[in-house]
Amino acid sequence: MLKDITLGQFFPGRTVVHRLDPRTKLLLLVVYIVALFLAKSFFSYGLVLIFLVGVTLLGRIPFKSMTKGLKPMLIFIIFTAVLNLFYTKGGKLLLDWWIFEIWSDGLETAFFMVLRIMMLVCGTFLLTYTTSPIALTDGLERLLSPLKKLRVPVHELAMMMSIALRFIPTLIEETDKIISAQKARGADFETGSLIRRAKALIPILVPLFVSAFRRADELATAMECRCYHGGEGRTRLKVLRFASIDLIAFFVGGVLLAGVIVLRHFGL
Amino acid sequence: MTPIIQTENLSFTYPASGERLALPVFENLNLEITEGSFTAVIGPNGCGKSTLAKHFNAVLLPSGGRVLVDGLDTADEELLLDIRRQIGMVFQNPDNQIVANVVEEDVAFAPENLGVPSAEIRQRVDEALKTVGMYEYREHAPHLLSGGQKQRIAIAGVLAMKPRCIVLDEPTAMLDPRGREEVVATITRLNREQGITVVLITHHMNEAVGADRVIVMHQGGILADGSPREVFSQVELLRQAGLDVPQTTELLYELRKRGWPVPIDALTPEECAEVIAKLLS
Repeated sequence: MLKDITLGQFFPGRTVVHRLDPRTKLLLLVVYIVALFLAKSFFSYGLVLIFLVGVTLLGRIPFKSMTKGLKPMLIFIIFTAVLNLFYTKGGKLLLDWWIFEIWSDGLETAFFMVLRIMMLVCGTFLLTYTTSPIALTDGLERLLSPLKKLRVPVHELAMMMSIALRFIPTLIEETDKIISAQKARGADFETGSLIRRAKALIPILVPLFVSAFRRADELATAMECRCYHGGEGRTRLKVLRFASIDLIAFFVGGVLLAGVIVLRHFGL
Repeated sequence: MTPIIQTENLSFTYPASGERLALPVFENLNLEITEGSFTAVIGPNGCGKSTLAKHFNAVLLPSGGRVLVDGLDTADEELLLDIRRQIGMVFQNPDNQIVANVVEEDVAFAPENLGVPSAEIRQRVDEALKTVGMYEYREHAPHLLSGGQKQRIAIAGVLAMKPRCIVLDEPTAMLDPRGREEVVATITRLNREQGITVVLITHHMNEAVGADRVIVMHQGGILADGSPREVFSQVELLRQAGLDVPQTTELLYELRKRGWPVPIDALTPEECAEVIAKLLS
């Protein structure tokens, strides 16, 4: 039942988008988000949307998996839409019924807010769909490495992230086993009030935590046995290198940002 | 020949913590592991065999006496990396020693820590994976592999350090019979073909049969030490220590007890069958 968690899902592939350096993709995501927040009109949103759809097509990511990823956000999106729809006043009054008033400005803001959230989520999905978790943490470590001078433990954070990613499937499997074991002893997770069901989780979480700590202890010993001594003097199997496609990608990102800024300047 | 691992009057006591009293594990233990040998260490639960293994690469430090690895004292912190790169360690649970979520990245972990240049890491990773027969799986996610395959990845991860000796702490305890066979075959091959010293700690007597030397531990001391033939023919001694003997030895021992004139040092099923065939003819 826990098998279909889509956290940090990655679709392996060999497309242009997959082959981009993870650092390029991370920086492009930042450019994309900035462009999205600067966009104000149909034209500029259209420009950002073209970019999003273009990258999705280039990366051969099925649109279905995008919409599937949006599903958990549905409540949040509806909430934002409703809030903006009823609380923004201005423009023409479109509907006035009982205590509800809908203005044309409200309709517009609601539409753009929803579009912005959906595009934001889709953009980050594009990154995780086309970049393996290891490449992602590696890219992050390299991008943030200047912060090491400020004594930010960049390497340690990246190591923690990649180990966490490594253990997600292991711990999910273990949780499944514990659930089965507790069910076999008559535990009931499906009926009763919310509080009862929450309480029923305790016999799952306690053994899970105990075992996670034991695993952590064993993993630390195994890492030490393999000469791990922090990030100092460490080399990598795969060295990140910027290639010509990265240059092109940066150019495209620059055009996107410039386009949105110019459109905004002309009030579009 | 010089021993690769040597303990001199090794004593170790788990320190007291909270309500638990200090627990002495061994006292004045002297042991030498010859370079290139295949040693099996057997013994009942709690006899100190895992604790002993952890002294071989300075995961635990002696409370008394010394442990020397190729003449280097494990208590010297400056030598820590030199010692650990020579003595590779493989543990019981493969899940808890795999660091990365791609096979080749995991095998690369140790050479990365040692600061080996990238091109050479690639070479070492490929070589190690081929040695354990997992090269085709280099881009797989480890959690989708079987237990035996995962344990072979763990062995490859240690091999990539180019160690002179590998210590395996019950590497087959969590595996099914097939996985157990894969792992034991891999270890044996490493020893025979590449001359890597192997110390195998195990519960399964049948795995110890393939070793050059068997050490039986009991209550923190050495109960028996010798070739598998010598050790396993001491059936009564082993039984007193709460240990089994290989099934072949047991069969011959029982026959002899009933008055049949058979030697009891046959170790493989083939040898055992031969002995019985001779008896019947």
